[in-house]
Amino acid sequence: MNNALIIGQYVPGNSLVHRLDPRTKITIIFFFVIVVFVANNVPSYGIVTAFALGAMFTSRVPIRYILKGLTPVWFLIIFTFILHLFVTKEGTLFFDFFIFEFYTGGVIQGFAISLRFFLLILVTSLLTLTTTPIEITDAIEEMLDPLKKVRFPVHELALMMSISLRFIPTLMQETEKISKAQSSRGVDFRTGPIKERIKAVVPLLVPLFVSAFKRAEELAMAMEARGYQGGEGRSKLRALKVEKRDILIYLLFAAVVAGLFITRSYG
Amino acid sequence: MDITFKNVSYIYQQGSPFAHKALDDISFHIPTGKFVAIIGHTGSGKSTLLQHLNGLVRPSEGEVSIGDYRLTNDEKPDNLKKLRSKVGVVFQYPEHQLFEETVAKDIAFGPENFGVDKAAINERIQQILPAVGLGEELLERSPFDLSGGQMRRVAIAGVLATQPEVLVLDEPTAGLDPRGQKEIMEMFYNMHQEQGLTTVLVTHSMEDAVKYADHVLILNNGGKYMEGAPEDVFTRSDALQEVQLDVPEIVQFLTRFEERFGKRIPFHRQSIGELAEEMERLLGREKTR
Repeated sequence: MNNALIIGQYVPGNSLVHRLDPRTKITIIFFFVIVVFVANNVPSYGIVTAFALGAMFTSRVPIRYILKGLTPVWFLIIFTFILHLFVTKEGTLFFDFFIFEFYTGGVIQGFAISLRFFLLILVTSLLTLTTTPIEITDAIEEMLDPLKKVRFPVHELALMMSISLRFIPTLMQETEKISKAQSSRGVDFRTGPIKERIKAVVPLLVPLFVSAFKRAEELAMAMEARGYQGGEGRSKLRALKVEKRDILIYLLFAAVVAGLFITRSYG
Repeated sequence: MDITFKNVSYIYQQGSPFAHKALDDISFHIPTGKFVAIIGHTGSGKSTLLQHLNGLVRPSEGEVSIGDYRLTNDEKPDNLKKLRSKVGVVFQYPEHQLFEETVAKDIAFGPENFGVDKAAINERIQQILPAVGLGEELLERSPFDLSGGQMRRVAIAGVLATQPEVLVLDEPTAGLDPRGQKEIMEMFYNMHQEQGLTTVLVTHSMEDAVKYADHVLILNNGGKYMEGAPEDVFTRSDALQEVQLDVPEIVQFLTRFEERFGKRIPFHRQSIGELAEEMERLLGREKTR
């Protein structure tokens, strides 16, 4: 049941990628996602791939685990490839059978687009694999800070995010617990006609909602009891700090981007 | 139904970086009609072990058999529903499983799933209500309007209404007031004796284990640490303390008594009244006057 949900589940570690400031990671990934589209020939694709794979290896997250996390997306990647294979009619025709006409241009383009896709997903899932959700929210709060000037409730937004992230595992545990209790009372969630299975969700959802509301109430009470009253003048437990390594990584990334524009063919 | 564990291990999230061995090579046998207490610290694997008893999880290694049902890793059992109709599980805080509009409907939910007909269910409800200490006037109320203790009783009634042959209890009295705890344990014990059930009780309370169990199983770090009759297990205070478990108060008392008076009273699960009589015999009447 849990196996399908590991895309981007945090894997504890102490690698360089783990220790980077989350703002650095978010910024670099943001620009990487844009810059991937700049690549258009073998050397430039080589550079972006090397950067992404380099990040993957330095993170020391088990490769098997990353690939397993990508399972739901493999389908899309392969589908993109096949689509290009059929649709693109450029280059030389190398395979012709019945209605199937495959051109070299289709293979190349299909491969390039799938690679792009793969790199995007790899890098973004690397963010959540090496950064705790709390770090990500902290970073977002910091990065959105300028919006406070226009009265955008940045702190409240970040708080909402961290509370919901914090309670995802709790809710999942709760779901599992209740589904076990109801299975023991003879509910069958896995087999039987669709109609029966939909009906079987009611004994799961009702207790889940009841406990979620109860929990929300308790949390609000506990926060008030400890004097919480919003972000005004509140200091941070985990202060984010830009270190030397962050600057080095920015420089490295700048070099990658520069290299990319140099090797890219203009035509 | 006999329960047998043969070299059972269970690994959570096998094959991921979060893999974690919750049960480690556990073997034991529970004959039909026994009352077994499973004791261990939080995280010792008690709850995982329980989930094997009605096929909620299958062992990663080894074999579990409950009556004629066999659970192994590679075989998918076909009629789990039948097994679950015979093994009733009262989970920790069972009131979290309530969901129906009325108490009556919630109690009927289990038996309905197992195909018991309406008339029979109503009959069962009439029998169970007084046993769990609920009045009939509650039947048409919403379970969410009841007090915590009443909700617990409704949930327990919902499990008992399936008339299981094996009763599995995971700290059924946690969070109740002392009187409620006693009433509920007594109720389970009576039922165990009257209907010849096989009962597995997970508990932190040594006192409950001493009072009700005829066999005790102690788990530590997913492995079996000790097993035996309560008289034998609970008198080994050194071994128990090593896994941060206390000996029951009565055993503590007997140890102190021996230190103070130099006279030994053996522990044989005597009640407080019986103990008082034994002391009277030993110390002689005139001294207590």
